[in-house]
Amino acid sequence: MAFVNMRTKEVQAKVVYYGPGRGGKTTNLEYIYKKFRDRIKSDMVSIKTHGDRTLFFDFLPFDIGKIMGYDVKIQLYTVPGQVKYDATRRLVLKGVDGMVFVADSQEEQRKKNILSLKNLQENLATYKKSIFKIPLVLQYNKRDLEAQGIPLLSLETMEKDLNSQLKVPFFPASAATGDNVVATMKKIISLTMTSLQSVLK
Amino acid sequence: MGSNYDDNVTFTDYTLSQEDLERIENVLDQDLVKSGVHSALLIDMAGNIIAQRDNGRCEHDLYSLAALASANFAAVDTMAKIVGEEEFSLLFHKGENENIHFSKVDNDFLLITIFGKEVSLGLLRLKVAEAVDKIHKVWKH
Repeated sequence: MAFVNMRTKEVQAKVVYYGPGRGGKTTNLEYIYKKFRDRIKSDMVSIKTHGDRTLFFDFLPFDIGKIMGYDVKIQLYTVPGQVKYDATRRLVLKGVDGMVFVADSQEEQRKKNILSLKNLQENLATYKKSIFKIPLVLQYNKRDLEAQGIPLLSLETMEKDLNSQLKVPFFPASAATGDNVVATMKKIISLTMTSLQSVLK
Repeated sequence: MGSNYDDNVTFTDYTLSQEDLERIENVLDQDLVKSGVHSALLIDMAGNIIAQRDNGRCEHDLYSLAALASANFAAVDTMAKIVGEEEFSLLFHKGENENIHFSKVDNDFLLITIFGKEVSLGLLRLKVAEAVDKIHKVWKH
């Protein structure tokens, strides 16, 4: 539910980072915040537990400049990944325009990725949105761990597990080093803006 | 996926013309800011700012505030349902210098007012109720 203000020529759109707990959603936003510090006017908001886990969401408003004469503000959100926070996760999805699913590449997280994607599908359905229609990008995070000898799922396996039906753009990435974090964001912004284009004309 | 999904257009299902927005901003100005409110915001439940007016001396980060306010409202609303209430009618946070009041306009919109000591909660609630009423009329119009 993006909001277009015809008077101030401003668009506000909501992009949510989803995925299993400890998968790197918050780290994605932290990297973006660090990287574009000079272009982001406000502080990143994080509501987290004492154990540094996301409790409600992180929020980062990002001005991406003018598109078709409109000032575009993308609001980046993350959800809490832990299974028990499903109610708050659902609240954050309200009015979402685009999604990034951050999957954890570690072999032992295979099942958690699949369950979390299924959970996303269910939660979108409560807002009558289909995971097959919403702008969506997959990110296979933590590829850098391979260098440390940690067993990772191959990209083919992850594609088969998560993307065989969706067939959406995907990025192998490392939120910790920043590898492909910006590429992921650019892709979801461009998909989201394309889906809004008919309204902006 | 079946045909009961409706997000071919992931766009807002409300439209406000420039005139409507001006009318709403007028209401925020005349009814709230002129009554001593520091800042008044109309936001939607996704956390987008629809209209905003302040006394010119307000330097809060309103985009973050709107995101948090919509989430906070949604959380409180869900808590209400859990204890068997339709909704909690008074949502108000009191601070030393600034207070925040939330008022539901309808299912999709929230009116948030930030005000200081010089405005009493009673007067504020009265003014907010009037403003909500007028915003409803803009919608119907």
